[in-house]
Amino acid sequence: MTQARVRLADREGFLAWIFLTPTVVYVVALVAIPFGLAIAFAFSDVTAGDPSYDWVGLRNFERVFDDPVFWRSLWNTLIFTGISMFFIVVFGKVLANILVADFRGKWVVRFLVLLSWTTPVALSSVSWLWLLHSIYSPVDWVFRELGFIETNTYWLGRPNLAMASVIAVHVWRLVPLAAVIMMVGLLSIPTDLNEAAKIDGAGYWRRMFEITIPLTFPLIAVSALFGAIFTFTDMAVVYILTRGGPTNSTQVLASWSFLRGIGGGDIGQGAVIALFLFPLLLAAAVLILRAVRRVETI
Amino acid sequence: MPVAVELRNLRKRYDGGHVDAVDGVDLATEEGEYLVLLGPSGCGKTTLLRTVAGLEHPTAGEVVIDGAVVNGLPPRVRKVAMVFQSYALYPHKSVLANIVFPLKAEKLDRAEREKKARWAADLLGIEELLDRKPRQLSGGERQRVALARAMVRDPQVFLLDEPLSNLDAKLRAIARDELKRFQERVGTTTIYVTHDQAEAMGLGDRIAVMDRGQVRQLGPPVDVYDDPADTFVARFIGSPPMNLVKRGGTLVGFRPEHLMPAEHVQGEKVPLQFEVDRVEYLSGDRHVYGTVTGLGEDTRVIARLPSMMVGEVTEGSHEFAVSADRVRFFDEDSGLRTDPVRLGATGG
Amino acid sequence: MSAVVDPGSAERLRRHYNRQHVLGRIGLYTLAVLAAIICAGPFLWSMVTATKLNADLYNPDNNPFAYNQPPTFDHVRYLFTETSFPTFAWNTLWVGLLVVVITLVLGLPAAYSITRLDLRWSGAMGIAIFFVYLIPPSLLFLSLSRLVVWVGLQDSTWSLVLIYPTITVPVSTWLLIGFLKALPKDVEEQAMIDGYSRAGAFLRIVVPLLFPGIVAVVVFAFTLTASEFIYALSFVSPTQEKVVSTGVPTELIRGDVFHWQSLQAANIIIAVPIAFVFNLFLARFISGFTMGAVKG
Repeated sequence: MTQARVRLADREGFLAWIFLTPTVVYVVALVAIPFGLAIAFAFSDVTAGDPSYDWVGLRNFERVFDDPVFWRSLWNTLIFTGISMFFIVVFGKVLANILVADFRGKWVVRFLVLLSWTTPVALSSVSWLWLLHSIYSPVDWVFRELGFIETNTYWLGRPNLAMASVIAVHVWRLVPLAAVIMMVGLLSIPTDLNEAAKIDGAGYWRRMFEITIPLTFPLIAVSALFGAIFTFTDMAVVYILTRGGPTNSTQVLASWSFLRGIGGGDIGQGAVIALFLFPLLLAAAVLILRAVRRVETI
Repeated sequence: MPVAVELRNLRKRYDGGHVDAVDGVDLATEEGEYLVLLGPSGCGKTTLLRTVAGLEHPTAGEVVIDGAVVNGLPPRVRKVAMVFQSYALYPHKSVLANIVFPLKAEKLDRAEREKKARWAADLLGIEELLDRKPRQLSGGERQRVALARAMVRDPQVFLLDEPLSNLDAKLRAIARDELKRFQERVGTTTIYVTHDQAEAMGLGDRIAVMDRGQVRQLGPPVDVYDDPADTFVARFIGSPPMNLVKRGGTLVGFRPEHLMPAEHVQGEKVPLQFEVDRVEYLSGDRHVYGTVTGLGEDTRVIARLPSMMVGEVTEGSHEFAVSADRVRFFDEDSGLRTDPVRLGATGG
Repeated sequence: MSAVVDPGSAERLRRHYNRQHVLGRIGLYTLAVLAAIICAGPFLWSMVTATKLNADLYNPDNNPFAYNQPPTFDHVRYLFTETSFPTFAWNTLWVGLLVVVITLVLGLPAAYSITRLDLRWSGAMGIAIFFVYLIPPSLLFLSLSRLVVWVGLQDSTWSLVLIYPTITVPVSTWLLIGFLKALPKDVEEQAMIDGYSRAGAFLRIVVPLLFPGIVAVVVFAFTLTASEFIYALSFVSPTQEKVVSTGVPTELIRGDVFHWQSLQAANIIIAVPIAFVFNLFLARFISGFTMGAVKG
């Protein structure tokens, strides 16, 4: 008997290794090492034309910091993410409640609502390019027909409007994802709790704010985190809608890094710009996770 | 002032259901009584309870609380309190916050709310637990918190949905005792749902035995036990259940504790041959299994004999008897009680 | 304490709550319709636009939501015959499927190892996986584009098959860990008593039981892969090697010429099937949850 048990335990140790190692190796090779490489590039003079590696110390950092576009991008990135996250969480919560509700035609509604998240971001952004077109925008057409405006709004041509447009597209895209995540939270609240609250005299809003939201808070935080990550690190929407313009008013770190690194061929500078994504993301993640831990119950 | 709850011709069918979960129930509680709804799962007892609470809407019929028809009114207006099987304590709130919660719907200020909550906690003996969270409490403590929360709004009716099922056996007996004494002290009309007949017998002032959406019998434990209205009630109540022997279109019934060696039966008695094949030794009794002949069809029955008597009972055939006034008769087809049938009783 | 309600006010209250209930339902339907219009509106509009004549489309005064001139399938035909769209779609499909398979092959055992096989550093692993997710493609694309050249996969769709799992594996493993934690150990332990090895129990018992989680991962991973933009843009330039995500914006926009109708058609053709599958999965997911979570 003891012989057999030793064998089984051995196999478990071996299994644990063989199950986990491929993933670890893969991730180390294709994430950790490139991460280190990116840091190394930041201190080098590597360009697309001259890929030889030469150490240049902090020269790239100086060049990047001297460029006002960088600071603009950093600021824009923070604004985008903050505002988007707020709307994503609020609308996502409302949508989550709609997704779990019971009504006629709910499957059709669920399908329609998912479209904005499931479609490839590049394709839907191209769609929005026309929807917000300076001449042909259907949005403008509707407003003109309703008499709200006389001439077209240059959605993507004016700095503040362009910002708002990019934020709107991000929110439009990510609300369904946030809703699905929060929906999981809603579904895992035991039905007795809601019923007990009803009997105890709580109306709809009190139940929502005192029972439902506190209990789904961890998943609300998770959806906020995903929203932040997807907005913060995304360059597709900006790249396709505005290329960062007009005059860099919608430039974000991710798109600027791409334009500098691949478009301009200056890998070193591109790497510096991109590196700033990491600490900010880390800070956001830590903050959100800490908030979750504090509220964590059963 | 305790109130009465009345159900008039209540019917409930769920959307897409093929049968009525509740099939024409007429029931009225006395003021301040402890009424138990007893029955197997699916009999409709929980549906009935939830209909009184306002969590389900009846398909037909009326729910009346304290003389007012409350159909269509949401739970919070009905001034009822409910204790769920899981206790449904709000896991993210402290015990005190749990108890205070129902009071927020009333127009009381914070200090008054807390005073009432502490009064309820005191009543249940849980004052030291007020700062804890539900997950830090034992099963018995959670029940008391649930009761305190139920108490705090001075409800007209207590509704309890199998609150003892989640407790282990030893705790269940203690909790049962506490529950009964608690209810006697506060005097609120209580409707209690359970599938455990021993629990029902121990707790109820009256028991409504339910099966498949209908109330088969309503009465105090003594009546339900001694004078079951049909074979369902006869077999559901009592452990071991009543023995039933077929005899030409009638079922003859007698409880295991009334089947004993003939010489121990006083007065008019019904004799029968008892072929014993197995004896179970339980704490105070012996359960004797065997076949009864001479009464009707040969039937396997159980006799429950006090341990003092068993020395005399071994495997083999014995002359047993049942006291004539303990025998009950049921129609074989309908299961309902019928008039007594001549059995050729002797003695008396 | 006074009675519950007196019969007179009961009737009034009843009407009040009935009204509230009706208003609530109206509110719900309104919100649902609004949400559907906002999220899906652009797609419904895309469907119309995809089949419009140039003369109809390039007229700012025309109603963009209706046909002012008869519809035409010319642009849709153009998409399929004159552009490499079919190639793009095909590339996206096989890349997506391969990446999903790789994700499962890597992620399932990893998740199992972390939750069931207690290694000393299992907990740390879980957190590490999460933090990997914080190193985004927009940071790694530069190094990875060098790496892709180095392994000789420059300008090949296969570079995507190699790299995309870095995006899908961390989040999929994290999802699977969640699903595994909710699965009770009894069934596996029963299997091991019945004669299976740990690995056997994993393959024969756990994996089938994890089916909902696996479906979630498949759908999520495929969606992420099809939507990915920055790597595809950085690694792959030849037209025949592109995927839909990069192919459509670059090939259908030549300089200043936008083939708008074809672009919209491409949008619809890709978006609808994915959303459809996602919706099916969501349906099963919800029903799975509601059936299990009746009592706390």
